Amino acid sequence: MHSYQAVMDQRNDIMRQSVGIDYRKYATGVLAFDYQRLMDDTGYRIDRVREVQGRTAVGNTPLVELKNLTRLARRLAKPGYGARLFVKDEAANPSGSFKDRRASLSVFEAKRRGYPGVIAATSGNYGAAIASQAAKAGLRCIIVQEAFDSRGVAQPEIAEKTRACEAYGAEVMRLSVGPELFYQFLRLLKETGYFNASLYTPYSIQGIETLGFELAEQILDRERVHPDAVVVTHAGGGNLTGTARGLIEAGAGDTEIIAASVDLTGLHMASDHDFNRKSFTTGHTGFSLPFTTWPDRADVPRNAARALRYMDRFVTVTQGEVFYITQALAELEGLERGPAGNTSLAAAFVIAQQLTEDRIVVVQETEYTGAGKHPLAQLNLAKRMGVAISRGDPKTSKPGQSIVIPESPEQLAVADIDLMRVRRSYLQHALQSLEKQHTLTETDYMFLAAETRLDITQVKEICDEYIGQAR
Amino acid sequence: MTELIDKGVWVEIHTIVLHPGERAPQIPEDTAKIPLEMRVKGFLIEPARLGDQAQIVTAAGRRLRGRLDAINPAYRHGFGAPIPELSTIGQELRALLAQQDADDA
Repeated sequence: MHSYQAVMDQRNDIMRQSVGIDYRKYATGVLAFDYQRLMDDTGYRIDRVREVQGRTAVGNTPLVELKNLTRLARRLAKPGYGARLFVKDEAANPSGSFKDRRASLSVFEAKRRGYPGVIAATSGNYGAAIASQAAKAGLRCIIVQEAFDSRGVAQPEIAEKTRACEAYGAEVMRLSVGPELFYQFLRLLKETGYFNASLYTPYSIQGIETLGFELAEQILDRERVHPDAVVVTHAGGGNLTGTARGLIEAGAGDTEIIAASVDLTGLHMASDHDFNRKSFTTGHTGFSLPFTTWPDRADVPRNAARALRYMDRFVTVTQGEVFYITQALAELEGLERGPAGNTSLAAAFVIAQQLTEDRIVVVQETEYTGAGKHPLAQLNLAKRMGVAISRGDPKTSKPGQSIVIPESPEQLAVADIDLMRVRRSYLQHALQSLEKQHTLTETDYMFLAAETRLDITQVKEICDEYIGQAR
Repeated sequence: MTELIDKGVWVEIHTIVLHPGERAPQIPEDTAKIPLEMRVKGFLIEPARLGDQAQIVTAAGRRLRGRLDAINPAYRHGFGAPIPELSTIGQELRALLAQQDADDA
């Protein structure tokens, strides 16, 4: 039987065979699980990860000071303000993004365990990264994409990824819009017996830890200090989690971790109509908010990306602001890089103006650009879909209807998301996931406190409030 | 009648994975009304015509059947036309920085 429900019912068994991790053994309460032990049990430590990544030329990417953008930020900031901006140029990785770090460890593990191939469900850079690493390892590779709408119109960014994956010799399964991508993914895992190179396994997150670690090392080496803030484009949470863990490992635990997403409020992620009206396929609130408030909605039983544990601040920017800063990066710094990765740059440019000149703000990644992954391709599709493009005040833009590109750099701004609201939402999701007969133990409350960075009394108060409402 | 395509040619097939009514319960109305479609490329196993049911072997070595939709399908995405709203940003910012230099001097 291949009905939707029949396949979904086999989810746990399929997952157990395809990730090589028995997640049940980490449970310590009704909701609680031993996150650190899950991460430690992979057996990889940072030096080993670096060694594995070094074999396929992943990592050791350049750290670039953005001197002209810093000058520009200082011109707009009040006297004495305008922190120094740096970017980690992850486009220098083999397939052109930081996702090679994630893919390298997953593919290495798949090979070590003797799986004949790897599968990932991803429409973004991760597909190319997995395909590239699998090519090097001599493993078969299948990438499942949500790629086109009911009229057959493809997102240019995803079309570019199809091409790249096929260039690396992968099979690309392209699907129309809908969350049943996951259903197809499960069927494929069952049929092939391949390794589930999920974005959310411990291997994937440990692969990114080297990014945070390297970044801290490079800044310390050059400037003799740790960075004051690191701004991370935030989607599913892996980028933020891995980078933050790497920074902590390197001793830079005081560095402020700032998440940045493109505001796509109002566009439904599973809507066929909305699919081609969003110019960002990743790094937007459609992924970042749901994954922050409930990480275990992922394609593994327990998501190793737990962004809320590491996030100090969460801001959004608009699509027009990201396109603006992408153009600025190309023309002032000579770096033509894809817009999705520049979400954090748009935010960092504003945040630098809020900090004094002696501070250091690092944008932790760039991605390659090219046909399809370029603002021109994305804005041309937007125009074709009837989205109005104009110059003006970006605050007036409406996702799916208009993209407003700033007229001047002082119009770039960030909107802070209330983290307390996010934490409450997380707790609400956690309680909703509980089966009726279960009651939370002290271990569960301690786990929820660590997940949300609240103290245990606050967690209990909020939970009582929600449980009271449920009655 | 279209011509017969030789076996071994790189093609794309199309299938319906889930019909409306079989789809996930949680999806929005506009998506629920349409089927979940799949397109996969591979080498044709037996000669077939466009529009026929045909079998391919994919890059991962899987055998799949579906409606033969395209022969040696092209990559049609590109940069597209320049976007006027982006094309003057660089000169505007360089002018601002030049002003900064003049102010500093």
